[in-house]
Amino acid sequence: MHILEFTTLIWMGSFMAGFIGALTGLGGGVVIVPMLVLGFGVDIHYAAGASLVSVIATSSGAAAAYVKEGYTNIRVGMFLEIATTLGALIGAFLAAKLPIAAISIIFGIVLLHSVYISFRLRRKLLPAARPDPLAARLGMDAAYPGPGGPEPYHVHGVPGGFGLMFGAGAISGLLGIGSGAVKVMAMDRVMRLPFKVSTTTSNFMIGVTAAASAGVYLNRGYLDPGLAMPVVLGVLPGSLLGSHALVRFSAARLRTIFNVVILFLALEMIYNGITRGH
Amino acid sequence: MTGSGELPAERWMQTIISYLLRGGVALSAVLVFAGGIIYLARHGLEMPEYRTFRGEPAEFCCLSGIAADAFSLRGRGLIGLGLLVLIATPVARVAFSVFSFLRLRDYKYVFITLIVFALLLYSLFFGMH
Repeated sequence: MHILEFTTLIWMGSFMAGFIGALTGLGGGVVIVPMLVLGFGVDIHYAAGASLVSVIATSSGAAAAYVKEGYTNIRVGMFLEIATTLGALIGAFLAAKLPIAAISIIFGIVLLHSVYISFRLRRKLLPAARPDPLAARLGMDAAYPGPGGPEPYHVHGVPGGFGLMFGAGAISGLLGIGSGAVKVMAMDRVMRLPFKVSTTTSNFMIGVTAAASAGVYLNRGYLDPGLAMPVVLGVLPGSLLGSHALVRFSAARLRTIFNVVILFLALEMIYNGITRGH
Repeated sequence: MTGSGELPAERWMQTIISYLLRGGVALSAVLVFAGGIIYLARHGLEMPEYRTFRGEPAEFCCLSGIAADAFSLRGRGLIGLGLLVLIATPVARVAFSVFSFLRLRDYKYVFITLIVFALLLYSLFFGMH
């Protein structure tokens, strides 16, 4: 297989990953890395590097639209980015220290967790009625565009959210994924933000988090231009198409199919890690 | 930030951030695409080697190396420049936020945003060597 063939296959795979990632809201990174590692035998460091830059592209593209619509809470995002960028730096640092087998197994566990989150029944939490002093001092309370005009909301659990965001950043830097699932969980569950505000603010933060790890990856030589090229150029149009198709497809049914795929990839990554170790 | 307390300055900030992100991604895609064509035309029939990690040759590892390569119009150099533009896009968004929080006289957030900006610059220029 020469470079032209290799590049075309990776482009097609990345296009599909971007499409499915946007359609299900789980993001492309969780599919790209296993696809490159298991399907093409790429070293996990190069795979994470290529995935990371594609994550910056898709999240920045989508954030451009959401910010303009006014869902994104920029103050909450900026404050939590301190935690995610710090975490990302440490995660990217660990990526060089940990053995490849360990990274592979951790990747599998993170995938299993994201399947667990999306299958779990969502308890509906009541929106916080009273302001939280710390969130108020940080000027985080805001309003989002509802059907009948702006709907104000209060932000809660700032320290808990901050801690979870540090973890999300570390996972992102270690594995080269956006870790949007953990970010949404922190804002939706712990900080009690409206769901649409959580998802758009998570998306807003993913680009900055990924850029923090990408700097480390770049200086370490994990960003290979020849590999990143088809990944970025595939994921970007794939995810654009996916977010447009979102309106027409039944997202719930697709999510189930996609979760079965992720479950399979998770077990495969763990198996890959264990057999590598021996 | 929308709703009851919305200021024209906040709306302005959202609009500029939106254009900044879109412009950065578009510019990067064009550079990566152009570099990709040159790269495939020159090396398309060679064998890929990604199975074992070697680290990039020194010229892809640092900012000046990538820039020098891009301007010599080498395919991989041009792709590298496109990737740099992509990484710089969120960094530029944070830099712009510092400026717009200054304009809003929200000094608490000027400080918060400066911390994030410093962490990003640290990663790009030192990368925890």
